[in-house]
Amino acid sequence: MSTLNSKIPEGPIKDKWTKYKDKINLVNPANKRNIDIIVVGTGLAGGSAAATLAEQGYNVKAFAYQDSPRRAHSIAAQGGINASKNYMGDGDSDYRLFYDTIKGGDYRSREANVYRLAEVSSNIIDQCVAQGVPLARDYGGQLDNRSFGGTLVSRTFYAKGQTGQQLLLGAYSAMNRQIARGKIQMFNRHEMLDVVIVNGKARGIIARDMITGEIERHSAHAVVIASGGYGNVYYLSTLAMGSNATAAWKAHKKGAYFANPCFTQIHPTCIPRSGDYQSKLTLMSESLRNDGRIWVPKKLEDAKAIQQGKLKPTQIAEEDRDYYLERRYPSFGNLAPRDISSRAAKERCDAGYGVNATGEAVYLDFSTAINRYGKEKAFVLGIHNPTQEKIIELGEKVINEKYGNLFQMYEKIIDENPYKTPMMIYPATHYTMGGLWVDYNLMTTVPGMYCIGEANFSDHGANRLGASALMQGLADGYFVLPYTIGDYLAPDIKTGAIPTNTPEFDEAEKAIRERLEFFINNKGTHSVDYFHKKLGKIMWNKVGMGRTEQGLKEAIVEIQQVREDFWKNVKVPGAMNELNPELEKAARVADFLELAELFAKDALERNESCGGHFREEYQTEEGEAMRDDANYAYVAVWEYTGKPSEAVLHKEELKFEELEFKTRSYK
Amino acid sequence: MNMNLTLKVWRQKNAQTKGKMVDYKVTDISEHMSFLEMLDVLNEDLVKKGEEPVAFDHDCREGICGMCSLFINGEAHGPDRLITTCQLHMRKFKNGDTIYIEPFRAKAFPVIKDLIVDRMAFERIQQAGGFISVNTSGNTTDANSILIPKHNADLSMDAAACIGCGACVATCKNSSAMLFVSAKVSQFALLPQGRIEAKERVLNMVRQMDLEGFGNCTNTEACEVECPKGISLENIARMNREYLSASIF
Amino acid sequence: MSGFLSSSIAKKVAMALSALFLIFFLIIHLAVNLTSLFGENVFNELSHFMGTNPLIQFALQPILILGVVFHFVLGFVLEIKNRKSRNVKYVKYNGAANATWMSRNMIISGGVILAFIVLHFVDFWIPEINTKYILGDMSGQFEGETSFRYFTELQHKFANPWRVVAYVVAFILLALHLLHGFQSAFQSIGFNNKYTSCLKSFGKFYAIAVPLGFIIIALFHHFNH
Repeated sequence: MSTLNSKIPEGPIKDKWTKYKDKINLVNPANKRNIDIIVVGTGLAGGSAAATLAEQGYNVKAFAYQDSPRRAHSIAAQGGINASKNYMGDGDSDYRLFYDTIKGGDYRSREANVYRLAEVSSNIIDQCVAQGVPLARDYGGQLDNRSFGGTLVSRTFYAKGQTGQQLLLGAYSAMNRQIARGKIQMFNRHEMLDVVIVNGKARGIIARDMITGEIERHSAHAVVIASGGYGNVYYLSTLAMGSNATAAWKAHKKGAYFANPCFTQIHPTCIPRSGDYQSKLTLMSESLRNDGRIWVPKKLEDAKAIQQGKLKPTQIAEEDRDYYLERRYPSFGNLAPRDISSRAAKERCDAGYGVNATGEAVYLDFSTAINRYGKEKAFVLGIHNPTQEKIIELGEKVINEKYGNLFQMYEKIIDENPYKTPMMIYPATHYTMGGLWVDYNLMTTVPGMYCIGEANFSDHGANRLGASALMQGLADGYFVLPYTIGDYLAPDIKTGAIPTNTPEFDEAEKAIRERLEFFINNKGTHSVDYFHKKLGKIMWNKVGMGRTEQGLKEAIVEIQQVREDFWKNVKVPGAMNELNPELEKAARVADFLELAELFAKDALERNESCGGHFREEYQTEEGEAMRDDANYAYVAVWEYTGKPSEAVLHKEELKFEELEFKTRSYK
Repeated sequence: MNMNLTLKVWRQKNAQTKGKMVDYKVTDISEHMSFLEMLDVLNEDLVKKGEEPVAFDHDCREGICGMCSLFINGEAHGPDRLITTCQLHMRKFKNGDTIYIEPFRAKAFPVIKDLIVDRMAFERIQQAGGFISVNTSGNTTDANSILIPKHNADLSMDAAACIGCGACVATCKNSSAMLFVSAKVSQFALLPQGRIEAKERVLNMVRQMDLEGFGNCTNTEACEVECPKGISLENIARMNREYLSASIF
Repeated sequence: MSGFLSSSIAKKVAMALSALFLIFFLIIHLAVNLTSLFGENVFNELSHFMGTNPLIQFALQPILILGVVFHFVLGFVLEIKNRKSRNVKYVKYNGAANATWMSRNMIISGGVILAFIVLHFVDFWIPEINTKYILGDMSGQFEGETSFRYFTELQHKFANPWRVVAYVVAFILLALHLLHGFQSAFQSIGFNNKYTSCLKSFGKFYAIAVPLGFIIIALFHHFNH
């Protein structure tokens, strides 16, 4: 019963969006004020959507589990945002950005969506500058760019190492303007626990006031899910502690299909873990790979000595270092895409060349860049024959200007000076390309339920390129959803407010209440974190960077066991009607335990390697991913039928009309 | 070298009840742990014993979301500089130390529970004018048509780096919010796009700040020292100038 | 404008402007007093001029008194408001970690200076007013003498070692008050730029030099009368 209709407009790819926008239904401004829209999540996607919808005249109710929209985890994005402005004059164009994104995603994304993304990317920069986002400028007062992994042009706009923060604060300021006007009703410290479906349409949500514990009903004519990714299924990730999949998973259980859950991005440059107490992993921006060179020792005995603390990296001679990315991928070198860099790091560490006590770390070395910049700077300053000390001093200054905050962050965590000793890095879960399936309008399979930003599956295929997440979040929120949602809402102008005293709301609220009461009354033996950590270990070891059929089968069984154990033995102190962080975590982990199984099931079903999904059975002799376009050029779309194990697979075939399949090579 | 520590933690059931300091012991704390991971250990222990864990705000745990907020041994975000509590590491403490952990305190930041405070006052200040009134439709001019001197763009960025954690208020002996408000005022005041509404913005934001019950700035400079993002006092001077000229002219 | 005057920033600016006025006054006061180190005549002439010039007496003097009173009253008002803005105090507050003692205790140094001013008024200003405007003796001379009385009175006052001690202590507190207050006043009126580091150095010099000048004068007259 495949019912997937991606609603991609006809016509040449370059005209699809423009023509489509001209034809879709709109809601008259006077009628917009009769329509309510719920936006769950206030990161880049949710925040920009809430602001724009409110500005258009809709009544928006926005929900965030933090105490302010400004704290959503989009804020942690460091490196930048892509846009095909071609300000650098290096041959960039919408088409090239489109091509890079499809290729970077290993041909597992939808052409039409990606082209639209590239098309609106320039507008995002204009919008953000108008909003007062202080993007970096050059000395002529024009915007500056830098390059990111997987591309051959400089198209990344940035604000120091805090681009996500600045873009989010831009969206947040736009929201504040609407909150002050009364067009957005902001519900901080509220968590959506279920979506309410009335007559087959998404008509509201059940949310918990996290301060009072009150379970609330909120109705609307449409519900927008913008709740981010599900990377915390690994327990350890670069995501915020509170980032969760509950909104998306509940939507899935209420009928929204879930697409490509196994497509996860493991980011190559994170600070390695140090112990079992570890609660989270910290990202070091990909932009560091512009200037940092990644290496491990060439000789196994050197690696061993380093692991035992007997040798320092600075003592290893240049010829004894293996710059493995430069060796394997000469044309992209240290700027190889994330999936490839991560896997290469794992390959070296698995072979025993890792460089910290756990053997799970590689070096990111800035000494070459410091030298180069130092010499350049000395020349500019007119210093002839500078001493090596002077060169290093000047070079470090340049590096400090570019990455100072990242270096400071590293030093605070590891207690080593990265200007003097190379940084240690290791891959960590960072982003999930999979998510709720949406059509060209960004609507899920449930009418009236939209999904935007990282929470949906649409634009990044099997691997996301650096600086593309911010672009997608803002594109969805500012420029796509506000148009497409009108098409759905146009017939709803006479519906009037949706009542919340209906059986559908009663039922949804009752189910939530019972579930939370269960946690409180269970009085088990283990804390929520105990189960979450267990789940994380299974996911990392068997559904992580390298996956095998056997491992995945084991993982599915183990996940089921942990889930069973969780429902028997979880212990949640405190009460329901108060601020209760343990209860919040329990509800989230319960959903992760289900999603994880679908995740592994999807990975097992996809018998190919592509992007972030690497099945060890499917690799070339050189260890590169082997895609199977004949059999797997589709989006795996899962329908919930009562249990994750019984999920039904639907396939959305990916048609490439503009581009041809090519083996992705960065050599 | 693992540590045993005594913690003195503020416990308060909710906004209506009175709170008090309660002593806890934690053992075998690694120096590589972050401060919040140390609290995780305490909480795991409390859950095991069937006691209620200590509630504290946290989210990104990488120093950018501004959610974490503890007042540790008499200082906002603890004894280290240019970091948030989640980036504070236990190597800053010694075996046998007693650590005082209190919520950020100000009349404008009432305690919600234990170490969690309500910072909605900051939200209302932002809503009063912390934005440029431009529509998000994207029908704007090309980004490079507005040229901005690098110096100003950099200063604006430095001000915009504020994470809204409230350490400035917590540490100020007067509970003044001037550093926070001035950072936002400055970010926009330094940009040509922001000049258009600069006057209304500074007047409205300062009015809201005063309504929220924050104290007056007495230029002790403590906020600048404790600010995790090193927001400069120059912003306060700039806001004073902006406010004066907006009021008088 | 009505909103302006009741705003926190306007109050701070008012504090700063009155402070700058008082800082300026201190220089004049010190300059006049310093002449007493070099003999009686100039000091006496200046004292008599200032004590009898109608512009100074009936315009500048009231402004000065108003300025002093204003600075103190507003200082106390702000202190009370600031204390109220933290209704629950910290159990442990390590103020020394991030701010100087001077900046955190302006109310203490200010209070001591206030006490000193009271003493100073009792010592000099009230007798002066009494002599001139109650008794109506505008001559500036002791009865039956031809030279001015100011220098002699000055020396006489500093004969008592306890008074000298009180003055020295007060001036030390004044120095501490100025060490923070000088730069703070400029910050409050919005002056913080590339000249600030120079200004800070000058502020420190001023904060130490001016009270030191007064201390030297007090000690000089104590030991030389």
